[in-house]
Amino acid sequence: MLHQDDISLVFGGAAGQGIQTIADALVTVLKNNGYAVFSCQEFMSRVRGGSNSSQIRITSERRNAYVRKIDLLFVLDAEALDHLRWRIGEGTTIFAEHDQLGEEDRGRVIDTPLKEFAQKAGHPVYTNSVAVGAVLGVLGLGLEEFNDYLSREFESKGEEVVGRNHDAARLGYEFGVKSAREHHIDITLPTAAEDPASLLLDGTSGLGIGALMAGCGVVSSYPMSPSTGLLTFLAARGRRFGIVVDQAEDEIAAVNAALGASYAGARSLVTTSGGGFALMSEGVSLAGVTELPLVIHIGQRPGPATGLPTRTEQGDLNLALHAGHGDFCRVLLAPGTPAQAIKLMQRAFDIAESYQVPVFVLTDQFMLDSVSMLGDEEIVRLPLQRRVVKTGSDYERYRFTDDGISPRGVPGYGEGIVKVDSHEHDESGHLTENFTIRRKMVGKRLQRLGSLEQEAVPPERIGSDDAAALVVCWGSTRGVVEEALDILQDDNIAALHFSQVFPLHTGLGGMLEGKQVIVLENNATGQFADLLHAVTGRQADRRILKATGEPFAVEEVVEALKGGVAS
Amino acid sequence: MKEGKKQTANPFDMPQKKMGWCPGCGNYRILDALKGALHESGIDRRELVIVSGIGQAAKTPQYVNANMFNGLHGRALPAALGVKLARPDLVVVAESGDGCMYGEGGNHFLHAIRRNADITVIVHNNMVYGLTKGQASPTSMVGMTTPVQVEGVMLEPFNPLAVALSLGAPFVARASAGDGDQTKDIFKQALAFKGVSVVDVFQPCVVFNKLNTYKWFSEHTFYLDSSHDVTDRTQAIRISLDSERLALGVLYRHEGRETYEELLGAEPAALGEQRLADDELQEVINSFR
Ligand SMILES: Cc1ncc(C[n+]2csc(CCOP(=O)(O)OP(=O)(O)O)c2C)c(N)n1
Ligand code: SF4
Ligand SMILES: [Mg+2]
Repeated sequence: MLHQDDISLVFGGAAGQGIQTIADALVTVLKNNGYAVFSCQEFMSRVRGGSNSSQIRITSERRNAYVRKIDLLFVLDAEALDHLRWRIGEGTTIFAEHDQLGEEDRGRVIDTPLKEFAQKAGHPVYTNSVAVGAVLGVLGLGLEEFNDYLSREFESKGEEVVGRNHDAARLGYEFGVKSAREHHIDITLPTAAEDPASLLLDGTSGLGIGALMAGCGVVSSYPMSPSTGLLTFLAARGRRFGIVVDQAEDEIAAVNAALGASYAGARSLVTTSGGGFALMSEGVSLAGVTELPLVIHIGQRPGPATGLPTRTEQGDLNLALHAGHGDFCRVLLAPGTPAQAIKLMQRAFDIAESYQVPVFVLTDQFMLDSVSMLGDEEIVRLPLQRRVVKTGSDYERYRFTDDGISPRGVPGYGEGIVKVDSHEHDESGHLTENFTIRRKMVGKRLQRLGSLEQEAVPPERIGSDDAAALVVCWGSTRGVVEEALDILQDDNIAALHFSQVFPLHTGLGGMLEGKQVIVLENNATGQFADLLHAVTGRQADRRILKATGEPFAVEEVVEALKGGVAS
Repeated sequence: MKEGKKQTANPFDMPQKKMGWCPGCGNYRILDALKGALHESGIDRRELVIVSGIGQAAKTPQYVNANMFNGLHGRALPAALGVKLARPDLVVVAESGDGCMYGEGGNHFLHAIRRNADITVIVHNNMVYGLTKGQASPTSMVGMTTPVQVEGVMLEPFNPLAVALSLGAPFVARASAGDGDQTKDIFKQALAFKGVSVVDVFQPCVVFNKLNTYKWFSEHTFYLDSSHDVTDRTQAIRISLDSERLALGVLYRHEGRETYEELLGAEPAALGEQRLADDELQEVINSFR
């Protein structure tokens, strides 16, 4: 069997059966054994039942993408097998309890009585430990790291629980070793060349760490998948880091509370998904006219409306780009990796504060829930510079300045008073219908777009400068494009990954000149391709799109790019 | 920081300001009562934020020399909450019309009361949408005809006091714009109260509400006297349900409840140099190893 550089393990089962726990444990244990790992999840919008799966990849280099192929599949029930059947290939070895399956599947599946072993160890709750043990046995790895892991996890529950988990792991392990031998499962793992002290980080936690580093002070939000994780990340750490976490009564309240907090001097954040963000549109416009800093995280999922609540898509670019009535400036960032999430979240707060504009951070379910590996050197901490001024007694919030940005005072800090207004206003912040002032204020608010373009994060080039074709991608598709290019080994194809999608960097037109432009995005129409066209005048020669609710798989991107620009 | 006090002048005045209200509007009297109450309460105008929505009433902070967040229609309360969460040290007043607070912002009204942040909520209740020229508001009386409600208002009016009391609002009062001194006194009590205080103020709209005039209000209202036990919530609810004789004054007050910002442990936001706990940050990062 060709299991050399890239092993894909998949666990399938119903919600509540613990496949996530198994995957979490295994990915950590594999990392601690020095392997490069990646994991991602797909799940149904229900709390119990249904059919979900987790993938863990063991790769020769750090990867950040989903693959369709499955080398070892562990399913906990027949439904999971059906759910994943389309991904089962000749090379897939399947483990499941025969009792769970129909007659026709049993011949193809290695009978894996996890529950029986768990019962032997004392109780069915130990099934997860049996499963992880079994995988380690099949992979031919040792059990030590996992035993350590279990000792740490269950330390608080006492020696007996730890001991029984160790027993369960051993029973699973012995089964795994035996199965590998009997069924001639011959796996050569990639070299374990990673530092076991590396970090395993999901996109959500990356954003959370970035928000902590940025000194976020207030977060007000209403739960909505897949964005809720950021709210719970900050809630869990709020007291320690002085972050006030408010669960708002609705998204309209959330954005207005965040703006109230921003006005009063806190760095503030809302986290939501497309539907919730749609309710915030008027608030975005309020941020625009009041010139208040605000960071808006949108964890995208497929729409329209409720769509596929737990699935992934990059379908809200246009929404974020155009939400809010009237003309004003905004910035849209789209991290492609957890490390970028850390950095760009800080950047979002910094730009919001220095330019007094709303800044969006666009992610999606795939990016938020995927766990990838990174070293400490990849964690970038930007200087935290607050830009609030102490007001004098003659302070005016909207004083005209050369660059259109007025020094930002906040109430109760200095001798002045601070008036902000959703109406068109004069320099003092009082409403006005004077057309001359209106003209100047419109100009003031838009003037900063020039500097924002110059300061835009330039796209990252992956591959050769001279390649004739450029795959343009943004946000979460970075990993899959990078890996596909590595597989293709074609000097004529390179990629440009955008982690800032608006405004686009001024030098962009030049980068596309003379190239064939292939835009790849996880939506149905090519929203970024349209934006690129609008900004640079350059039509994409080809669009590779996907809007099924799943992320792109490496295999399909390879397949699509093999055809080059023509197909 | 104390401002030099000129004995007579009110520091909250903005004499040069052109007003956008119709002559005779009840809003002028509410504005005067508010500025009087703020001044007499010894509040420093630099530490006061008045948050409002949109409407005629919501223009009030435009005419007060203090910090102002004049936000969106219906959204005064969440913005006020945000101010309080970021800066619990500031005095926060949320002020708007009946349409803004009870209609567009109705959900926020419910939850602002449940949260009990230390915010003084003042609602100019003219029982009509003034700014948009006379449509029914949630508090319009049944039968009032308007350009939209051409056959007369059909819905029973929203009862803000009964709703506030049933949600456990710890300070509930009603004032009447025509009575300047009493209104000022009620505002002073509301400002001094720790927790959410709700003051519904009857306000004649002399242009669009020909039903609820100064005269109508004085004929249909009475002031609660010292025999009223302000700590008796059941009695307060009973009074709030009487739609014939409309009580004025403080219906209910209950001291001592912790505020939302206290429960959350909110501290004033860092404004100058912000220091982060590096060790704790590293600890968070290490938890992902
Ligand atoms: C989202 C939104 N919807 C509608 C309006 C239009 N609008 C402005 S004020 C108002 C009603 C005002 O009524 P009220 O709050 O009672 O204030 P009043 O003018 O009576 O003082 C409406 C409907 C708006 N500004 N914003
Ligand atoms: S329309 Fe009514 S509420 Fe508005 S200013 Fe005129 S009188 Fe006052
Ligand atoms: Mg009104």
